[in-house]
Amino acid sequence: MKTPLILILTLLATLCLATGPDVSTLLKAIDANMTSASSKSTTRLVINGRRASRTVGSVNYAQGNDKFYTEYTSPPRDKGTKMLKLGKDLWIYDPASDRSLRISGNMLKQSVMGSDLSYEDFMEETKLVDAYSGVLSGAEELDGRSCWVLTLTAKQPNLAYYKRQLWVDKERYVVVKEYLYAKSGKLLKSISASDFRQTGSRWYPHYIRFKDELKEGKGTEYYIDSIQFDLAIPAYIFSKAMLKK
Amino acid sequence: MLRFLFKGVFRDRHRYLFPLIIVSSGVLIMIFMLALINGYMTSFIRANAGFDTGHVKVVTRAYAELISQKPYDLGFLDIQPEVQRWKQAYPQLEWVQRIHFGALLGVPSLGDSLQEQGEVICFGLDLLTSGKERQLMNLDKALLSGRMPLKPQEALLSDLAFKRLNLKLGDKILLFGSDVDGALSSLQLTVCGTISFGTQALDRGAVIADLSAVRQMLNMEGGAAEILGFFRSGEYSQTEANGIKADFNRRFSDPQNEFSPVMLTMADQNGMGYIMAMIDHLLGIFSLVFIVILGIVLWNSGLMNGIRRYGEFGVRLAVGESKLHIFWTLILEAACVGVIGSAIGIALGMLLSGYFNLYGMDVSAFSRNSTLLSEDVIYTSIDIPSALAGFIPGVLSTVLGAALAGIAIFRRQTSQLFKELEA
Repeated sequence: MKTPLILILTLLATLCLATGPDVSTLLKAIDANMTSASSKSTTRLVINGRRASRTVGSVNYAQGNDKFYTEYTSPPRDKGTKMLKLGKDLWIYDPASDRSLRISGNMLKQSVMGSDLSYEDFMEETKLVDAYSGVLSGAEELDGRSCWVLTLTAKQPNLAYYKRQLWVDKERYVVVKEYLYAKSGKLLKSISASDFRQTGSRWYPHYIRFKDELKEGKGTEYYIDSIQFDLAIPAYIFSKAMLKK
Repeated sequence: MLRFLFKGVFRDRHRYLFPLIIVSSGVLIMIFMLALINGYMTSFIRANAGFDTGHVKVVTRAYAELISQKPYDLGFLDIQPEVQRWKQAYPQLEWVQRIHFGALLGVPSLGDSLQEQGEVICFGLDLLTSGKERQLMNLDKALLSGRMPLKPQEALLSDLAFKRLNLKLGDKILLFGSDVDGALSSLQLTVCGTISFGTQALDRGAVIADLSAVRQMLNMEGGAAEILGFFRSGEYSQTEANGIKADFNRRFSDPQNEFSPVMLTMADQNGMGYIMAMIDHLLGIFSLVFIVILGIVLWNSGLMNGIRRYGEFGVRLAVGESKLHIFWTLILEAACVGVIGSAIGIALGMLLSGYFNLYGMDVSAFSRNSTLLSEDVIYTSIDIPSALAGFIPGVLSTVLGAALAGIAIFRRQTSQLFKELEA
């Protein structure tokens, strides 16, 4: 009697190990790492164009996923340019003309400061777990770390990327590599992250490389020089008045 | 013999009048059509060269790969010393520098945002230091109201956009775009005039500003997206353009450097080579169609004539003249009519073409919805080779018509001749 029971339990355990963890649990864990109630960061965007590379410095504030404010600090030509996202609205402030411009429609697909990031990338405000359903497609070793490979499909029709393939660190629940696809199956963007640092219980990448697979170039490197989570940010930061300040 | 035939032909109105009218009218039409095609071709080349392709164009190798997208971010930066070298190397060419780019057009309101937005095509042209661009882009003709820019901060706006935005001359507009590095950039301009090119895509929203202001906006100091060369003679020569292109690319272009210059001829761009070759072939096609149609008409006329001269041929055969001789005399008669008819046709064709060469033909009604760049008034172009090209088919068609009709002579039976004559 005991032998069949042990056999059944062994089989179930093997099945559990083979199927891996629940995908939505994994996505929740990733969201917990990558999103916060608020954050303030100082970053550098190294844009490797076909002609030359240039570095754009910025200070960024975020509250949840729907409020975002960036002020570019360097180089001199870009200094003072600001970007404000409030829900589904995105404004750019141009210091040269002292005017702000609402980015909408096709313009959202345009590159931000010539980088491999589009404005659309900044407009994503839903958590992975809410926006995508997925399957665990395997496990791989990446940069010496064991990763789950997830394939996600959009639950909503209006998302910038219909399909995503994620390599998720098994221990830290951070995305190490990601491929973003259009509905047609065409690879649009690839992202790889490294230099993960722990702040409290949260793991966060301090180096991310974005590559727009539809254009030539060596991609854009995103360095996070400093980042603080869950701090109190004054409400005026996320107001249109801040653009002209 | 020829004199005898001449007298025979021109003393009998029935033998020459109809063929002469047909041949001279045909040659007249052909000469005029050739002059019109040549004129259209010249106008087409001039419009396309001035507006877009130049007689030759120099761009970076990277730009050339995506030339239809006009990727100004792959254009030249600080290119002026190089341009000076090209000017010295090719004194037969005049150069102009341009930047095309797309931008958002806004009207600054009292607040911090823009009242209206719309996408526009912008042209950065040298409007202040030389009048060449005004002539090449036909700007004086395109100007509907106001005046040409006199300062770098002034611009011309397409009339439709101007009316849609309810603007007044002197109002400010704002262009929002990306600079050569992809960073956000803007340019505030004062509208000093409105334009219409008669091309829908441009008339919906085009801004023409001075190159210096555009360079500043796009962070392209001393740069240009396209550098166009024009023969000082004003005439495009494919052979000469090919020679300059080969020499330029050998001397100044480096295949290993994607930002090194590369020269393209007009025929290398926008399928112009194919269009030009096709129009060239029209001459041959036209001549062939002309010979066949006129040949058939004159064949018919020859048959009618043959029936009328049935008795005459019978008598000539009865008195011992050979069939072949009669046939040849018919051919010679036709050749005489052909030569004279073609000469009359050429004279009339030249007169008609000369008139339209002087006063032009307004074809704006036909080109209104055309996507091809062309001028509204076409001036026929007359030359000696085109005139001669009309002469040969004129004579050939008459001879062909007579030869086809004359075959009937060989079907006559000598034994039946007297019976036929009695009848």
